[in-house]
Amino acid sequence: MGATDLSPALRSQVLAALEAGTALKICGGDSKHFLGRTTAGQVLSLSGHHGIVDYDPRELVLTARAGTRLAEIEETLAQAGQMLAFEPPRFGARATLGGTMACGLSGPRRPYRGAARDAILGCRLINGRGEVLRFGGQVMKNVAGYDVSRLMVGAYGTLGILLEISVRVWPRPTHSLTLMYECGPAEAIERMCGLSLRPLPVDGACFHEGHCYIRVSGAQTAVQEAHSRLGGEPLHDGAAFWEALREHRLPFFACAGPLYRIVVKPHTPPLAIAGDWLLDWGGAQRWLASPVPASAIRRCVAQAGGHVTRWRAGADDADVFEPLTPALARIHRRLKDGFDPGHVFNPGRTYPGL
Amino acid sequence: MPNALNARPKRTPTQRKLLKALARLLPPACVLTDPEDLRPFECDGLSVYRRMPLAVVLPETVDQVQAIMRLAHRMGIPVVARGAGTGLSGGALPSGDGIVLSLAKFTRILRIDPPNALATVEPGVRNLAISEAAASHGLYYAPDPSSQIACTIGGNVAENAGGVHCLKYGLTVHNVLGLKVVTGEGELVSIGTGTLDSPGYDLLALMTGSEGMLAIIVEVTVRLLPRPERAQVALAAFDDIAKAGEAVGALIAGGMVPAALEMMDRLAVQAAEDFVRAGYPRDAQAILLCEVDGSNAEVSQAIMAVREVLLQSGASLVRTAVDEAERQRFWKGRKSAFPAVGRIAPDYYCMDGTIPRRELPRVLREIAALSAHYGLPVANVFHAGDGNLHPLILFDANRPGELARCEALGRDILALCVAAGGTITGEHGVGMEKIDSMCIQFQSGELRQFHAVKAALDPAGLLNPGKAVPTLHRCAEFGAMHVHRGELPHPDLDRF
Ligand SMILES: Cc1cc2nc3c(=O)[nH]c(=O)nc-3n(C[C@H](O)[C@H](O)[C@H](O)COP(=O)(O)OP(=O)(O)OC[C@H]3O[C@@H](n4cnc5c(N)ncnc54)[C@H](O)[C@@H]3O)c2cc1C
Repeated sequence: MGATDLSPALRSQVLAALEAGTALKICGGDSKHFLGRTTAGQVLSLSGHHGIVDYDPRELVLTARAGTRLAEIEETLAQAGQMLAFEPPRFGARATLGGTMACGLSGPRRPYRGAARDAILGCRLINGRGEVLRFGGQVMKNVAGYDVSRLMVGAYGTLGILLEISVRVWPRPTHSLTLMYECGPAEAIERMCGLSLRPLPVDGACFHEGHCYIRVSGAQTAVQEAHSRLGGEPLHDGAAFWEALREHRLPFFACAGPLYRIVVKPHTPPLAIAGDWLLDWGGAQRWLASPVPASAIRRCVAQAGGHVTRWRAGADDADVFEPLTPALARIHRRLKDGFDPGHVFNPGRTYPGL
Repeated sequence: MPNALNARPKRTPTQRKLLKALARLLPPACVLTDPEDLRPFECDGLSVYRRMPLAVVLPETVDQVQAIMRLAHRMGIPVVARGAGTGLSGGALPSGDGIVLSLAKFTRILRIDPPNALATVEPGVRNLAISEAAASHGLYYAPDPSSQIACTIGGNVAENAGGVHCLKYGLTVHNVLGLKVVTGEGELVSIGTGTLDSPGYDLLALMTGSEGMLAIIVEVTVRLLPRPERAQVALAAFDDIAKAGEAVGALIAGGMVPAALEMMDRLAVQAAEDFVRAGYPRDAQAILLCEVDGSNAEVSQAIMAVREVLLQSGASLVRTAVDEAERQRFWKGRKSAFPAVGRIAPDYYCMDGTIPRRELPRVLREIAALSAHYGLPVANVFHAGDGNLHPLILFDANRPGELARCEALGRDILALCVAAGGTITGEHGVGMEKIDSMCIQFQSGELRQFHAVKAALDPAGLLNPGKAVPTLHRCAEFGAMHVHRGELPHPDLDRF
């Protein structure tokens, strides 16, 4: 899988767009195009800019170009018994590391081993002035300058084009076991939150269709010990279940209607919104398929102290992400202007004016 | 360089106006202006830098913080936030023409929320106090800087503080889920609400490690973790420091994530042993402390594996603590390593570079060479697991020229870390101390981008001015003096 460094060409394209005053729509593997608001602009493809630049398992750090496919990275890591701990949802074989970081999505292990933003250690990027800049590094601890690398995670490309990314990786647990319990949502929430008070090697907890699923991972003895303490029915093919959850391939996600991603504190009781629910992240990330108007859902979730994303918003460009308070919106606009004064990168993908 | 502007300059009309206005906003006991009262605030933990502020304010409410910021903004007065003042990079060093805003009175634990495993506290709460407040629920706050009995959570957020358990449990940035901040314009802004993520840009990450340059932190929500059932530590001795470095890599490559993995060299081992009788082998060239934690069964299995790898890596001795008392003693030696080294020389200067672990043996050799070159001993104590070095340079500030030599050696060590692919600071921050070394790590473009970030959050530039990010002008001056391997850094800048 040959590696290619397209940085100079990408930079030229940015400079040309700046000069012509056109916007750029940054695109990795195009696996997450359905996320966020629609953005106009000339497509700038990162998929040709790929390759693992540095990986030494002893360092627990991998550096790759933004267009490198997640599949290639995960395979390389697996060969050394390591993994991306945040279990990034791929949503397709073409998913790239750059797109993964730009969207900042994390899978079921997020509450226990951190999010995409927790894994990033450094990056090289092109800002809206066409400058190639390097922030952070390949080391675990680095507090020189503001944490620009983390700021890029979840910015949906609106602050800069990620060229190269260093991430922290983790050893892959040698054993894993999924335990299943029949129960209702309220009981599942109690069970899942109770786990965060006990020092057990839990690294996944979700609830769906009358069942709570808990994954424990680690050394064999630790997994056995956790099983004896937690009880529950072992799930035969646990790995396939979590993979389907991570990739949104469970039948739940096949629904045609509107789908919402809701983030609340895990111990929030079941919310009184009609629809079909799936609880992940130990109750902290909840998926809702519901015909209830978005505004009503937002009101209810805001009261519970959470926020809502309209997943698969389609062409309808009303708010996709939770509207920002005026003070936060002002800070966002100023940051956007500070990174991309010409508003060249993915204008409006997250919020109008960004 | 440290400049001791100790004599208080005569008050200008603006200053008199400021003090009068502050007196209207705050009770008298909350405004300090007498030189004796200001003295304790003239420096932080890096006491070679000292400067007297115009005044120190100690607000008691968020409203008062907002009012102070609005006033400072209206009058164009610099504001330096201060927690416990344990910082090691001069971050809380006052501005001579500004005020120090101390968060010392914000010491309430607002909420411990066990089912959500969260704690919400005021910024002046001490790091350890959070774990103490959560202890009855079996929970604790993981980041544990050695200064944890004294340093504040606000200061931890501002510096993105780390500790010996960061390899497994992360730095401050990985454990903060919400902040309330007051901007330079006096506006109160909530960033994150305790949920695992928040809409929009990751401002939590931006605030963490921002060294008081972007906003004043007035409330912090952190994640709590269950206390591990058991922890066990292995102490390994090596007759060659490079072997110890390689053992670190071997442990990681073996699929282990120790809760802590610390190294000390001979000088540090002997100092610690003399100071607290930790039970370290005095003749070792280096020791490693490797802690594993988790459930009972997990720990039993892991400690055996650790032992095995350490022996295979050439450790001349591996001991596991026989009981909790011995485990505490092993750690006591490490945690008191700084003061221990402080006993063997009149002064010491603590560096804080990080390098990729694989560079450990080479960097340690080069530090030894630099130490010989400058004629100043260096003791090494570090977070080996994450490559964060703390070379401690021993010197005597009373000997003419020795402080300058020590600082030059420090800068060379940081340049060495950058050249090895690392960074000039892993956890102590840039502050005033490493501002020139920033010119080595970053080019003009990055520095300009940092200034743009600062301008987005603090357009008037009144929060902790002159720290953390050097002006391009300063780098040009610094670069003119430090031409490295014939390459001029920042070639695009005018020189004079
Ligand atoms: C013996 C010793 C051991 C240490 N060990 C470690 C260690 O293991 N790991 C580590 O990371 N550090 C360590 N430190 C350094 C120091 O303790 C940390 O940097 C700590 O986070 C500083 O907290 P503080 O409350 O003392 O902050 P201060 O020193 O008062 O301030 C530090 C910086 O934070 C800013 N600040 C403080 N409070 C606020 C606020 N509320 N809002 C905005 N800005 C604010 C200040 O302006 C300043 O720039 C050690 C220090 C000592 C003396």
